[in-house]
Amino acid sequence: MAEEVKLLKTWSSLFGLRIVWALKLKGIQFDSIDEDLTNKSPLLLQYNPVYKKVPVLVHNGKSISESLVIIEYIDETWKQNPLLSQDPYEKAMARFWAKFGDDKVLSSIWSVFINQGKEQEEALQVAMENLKLLEENLKGKKFFGGEKIGFLDLALGWLANLICVLEELSDIKIIDKERFPLLLGWMQEFSQAPLINESWPPREKLLTKFQIMRENQSL
Amino acid sequence: MAKSDVKVLGAWPSPFVMRARIALNIKSVDYEFLEETLGSKSELLLKSNPIHKKIPVLIHQDKPVCESLIIVHYVDEVWSSGPSILPSDPYDRAVARFWAAYLDEKWFPSMRGMASAQGEEAKKAAVDQFVEGLNLMEDAYVKLSKGKPFFGGDKIGYLDIAFGCFLAWLRVTEKTSGMKLLDEARTPHLAKWAVSFCADPAVKDVMPETEKLAEFAKLLAKFKPAPPK
Repeated sequence: MAEEVKLLKTWSSLFGLRIVWALKLKGIQFDSIDEDLTNKSPLLLQYNPVYKKVPVLVHNGKSISESLVIIEYIDETWKQNPLLSQDPYEKAMARFWAKFGDDKVLSSIWSVFINQGKEQEEALQVAMENLKLLEENLKGKKFFGGEKIGFLDLALGWLANLICVLEELSDIKIIDKERFPLLLGWMQEFSQAPLINESWPPREKLLTKFQIMRENQSL
Repeated sequence: MAKSDVKVLGAWPSPFVMRARIALNIKSVDYEFLEETLGSKSELLLKSNPIHKKIPVLIHQDKPVCESLIIVHYVDEVWSSGPSILPSDPYDRAVARFWAAYLDEKWFPSMRGMASAQGEEAKKAAVDQFVEGLNLMEDAYVKLSKGKPFFGGDKIGYLDIAFGCFLAWLRVTEKTSGMKLLDEARTPHLAKWAVSFCADPAVKDVMPETEKLAEFAKLLAKFKPAPPK
């Protein structure tokens, strides 16, 4: 049966990028549709009526939303190159840390980025504590998934690119070599890995976008 | 399996703890229920969930698993010979997971928001989100149950557990607000489903009685004046 796989995302969406990586790692052919979120397409509204957000995966006409749910769907539907371990405990750990990444790490780093002065210092403390936990997770491993890129690498992959952009714009070093040697090592390995490296959004465009977001936050 | 092999750290009022217990009950797994005291966190909890310091925690063969929905997945995968909790089809699994995440991220906070919201506007927003959520779940139920009693079909499944665990708090909220929230007129299928869910053998011993939970809610309000997280 001819598979029809469509991915609705935006050019910069971190969560959309996860799905691009997952599909590429599985060798799945897909059509990519970049949405303009200020002018949402009828397709997006039809396929994600609850949140009206990207990413949305459409597989043979059936839509799936929420990036981590989508990755698990991809892993369960296309069995080659598994992203999650078969071991229930390892799976639980990967899911736990992915949730931690989305719930805590992302927001704490964003706080560092949009704040100034004392608030920024406090935000930095929180971000560092969160990153320390990820650093510990990498002990003895090349990737969070072990020898190969896995579910947790895709879930945290945004770190490997966005951190450099935010550090440049805010002039603060969040992930330094002394404190986070493993994390830095992982960021390099991950961002240069085949299929991952070709998917990054254009850096200059990202710098512009986040600079604007930062200015809007302080208004 | 020896009873001490499986422990649940939790508290009887918590809907999230209930999820873990229902899952274990479905699989007929014996477990030790270690109740946390309100206002303090045990050494075991702090050691098992140092990051969030929250219940529930499942401890299996001395390894802790945290986050209620992750625990439910874990139980389903470890005790795979028992009745299935997640659907078998990947798309059905994705839909169930989507709705469970929606309940945690949008719907349950709106239920808490109804009690804790400051001002008329905030309260109305919470009520609107809550009612919209129930309407969405009513539609989801019709689609997913395909005429059977539960979201999971003939037997309770992942989404039944993820949603049903909130029913006792929903009834308490109805009591304290004086509003009919789960209304047979508005969401007839959910009203019927709620009765079936609460009567299920895996559920009925862990679902708190409304009166007892209402008393606890009063105690909680005195103990923690700020809205709990």
